[in-house]
Amino acid sequence: MTHEMILGLYVFVLAAFVGYGTIRGVPPLLHTPLMAFTNAISGISLVGSIVAAGAEKSTFSTVLGCIAVLCASINVVGGFLITDRMLKMFRKRGGAKGEAKK
Amino acid sequence: MTPYAELLYFIASVLFILGIRGLTSAETARRGVIYAEIGMAFAVAGTLINPEIHTYRWILVTAGIGSAIGIAMAALIPMTKMPERIALSHAFGGLAAALVGVSEYSIYQAGIHVDHLGHAVQLSHGTMGALGFEVLFGGLTFTGSLIAFGKLQGFIPGRNITYPYQNQSNIGIFATAVLLLVLLTVWPSLQILFYLMFLVALVLGVLFVIPIGGADMPVVISLLNSYAGLAASATGFALDNNVLIIAGALDGASGFILSIVMSRAMNRSFSNVLFGAFGQGDGSAAAVMGKDAAPVREASVGDAAMLLSSGTKVIVCPGYGMAVAQAQHAVQKMAELLERDGIEVKYAIHPVAGRMPGHMNVLLAEANVPYDSLKELEEINDEFAEADVALVVGANDVVNPAAKTNTNSPIYGMPVLNADLAKSCIVLKRSMNPGFAGIENELFTIPNTVLVFGDAKDTIEKIVEALS
Repeated sequence: MTHEMILGLYVFVLAAFVGYGTIRGVPPLLHTPLMAFTNAISGISLVGSIVAAGAEKSTFSTVLGCIAVLCASINVVGGFLITDRMLKMFRKRGGAKGEAKK
Repeated sequence: MTPYAELLYFIASVLFILGIRGLTSAETARRGVIYAEIGMAFAVAGTLINPEIHTYRWILVTAGIGSAIGIAMAALIPMTKMPERIALSHAFGGLAAALVGVSEYSIYQAGIHVDHLGHAVQLSHGTMGALGFEVLFGGLTFTGSLIAFGKLQGFIPGRNITYPYQNQSNIGIFATAVLLLVLLTVWPSLQILFYLMFLVALVLGVLFVIPIGGADMPVVISLLNSYAGLAASATGFALDNNVLIIAGALDGASGFILSIVMSRAMNRSFSNVLFGAFGQGDGSAAAVMGKDAAPVREASVGDAAMLLSSGTKVIVCPGYGMAVAQAQHAVQKMAELLERDGIEVKYAIHPVAGRMPGHMNVLLAEANVPYDSLKELEEINDEFAEADVALVVGANDVVNPAAKTNTNSPIYGMPVLNADLAKSCIVLKRSMNPGFAGIENELFTIPNTVLVFGDAKDTIEKIVEALS
């Protein structure tokens, strides 16, 4: 167990608690957008994929990195757009579509 | 990693958390998405300045193609296909994490993983553990989500597929994967074990999801969401990158919470959903029962329209059938006409109605139903007693009163909508076939219920005609 690993565990556990506390407050109304949204956020594997694709260590690792960049960028770009597309549809009585923007 | 990159990653992490906080209310949700988008841009910028990157060629090409696919999917996918889209994106997420893991491992094993002084770095036990975890969870999320997608899409039969000793063999395979992970952590250089574990993870994903039936999809999708997050987090441990750890933990927590909410809404434990293969065994008994059960009262579209317009309060109970028939727009039109006549219309949304968390809300919001009319189970269940009509559109188990009274019912104890307590109840149904789980629904035979057979969208459109 290295020092970095222990620090990583701190970060993980604290983030999990913050996530748990915050996400429990998300109303069931927004559960589908929540799923699309966290999915876009976890497309953060893009960060790891980019390094793997760009470091050119070996053909094998570059090819895998490229496929990973492809998958992750679909999730990031598509995920954020579709979350917003869904949220735009939610409106209050009497309000215009997308009024939730305010 | 440069200090600038570290700083950008830190800002990104904060923005992600603020973004999720935005989703705690519909008013602030879109702002939350913008925060997270900015966060993602910071994280990507921080990565692009990484000195390890020698060429941007491949990154630009693949990210460009990926973005184009993402934009097209986001713009074109109909809301009714949202569960499929989510399942597919979990597959992508799992695959990306797994492939980054395999790529890292191969670099270590080839001895070309160097530090900033150019010395080759050995794969430590800790990093190996993280890489292994990443590949294991990424792999099983990938194939598991593909199977879930296939079931939702109808490529693979939606019912639970079972065979003898299924649970035992699944647990055995899972134990094998864990054992391989432990062995690898102890002896990181045993490459054959690594690739074997990846293979086992892929098989495991298929076998775990295959036995689970369509009605349990909300739990499976939530669970796979959680796994995709954990895989991303493990990537963070392997690459020593905090923003990955944090974003993965947020995703993992979200999927975990949703799985709990969904399991509770079905009064079942995780393990029961995963290993229970719901309703099997009871299915045949229920089907037989259906033949000599109490007769049902059938009503015409005209009768239904009359019933709906004669009261002052209507509660709509939508289910997966509404999504299949794409009836949400017709429902909204009908509600508009009823409201014009001074009849109050509300929607009772059961947490597991549909194939994913929040499925019904999104469909009805798309059809322009204001979200303050969409009521959660606990919020509306006491109102059924004062409602004139409960209109059940393609829902079955979530309105079955047997869950409240019949201790022999497989769904006994599951919280259900009190549609049976309304003065009258109209059930729109395609045919008299028992629902997915093959459970007899007592709601259909109680005296104040009438059934209207036919495609839900057709029926409601005819009701709209009759009303206007």
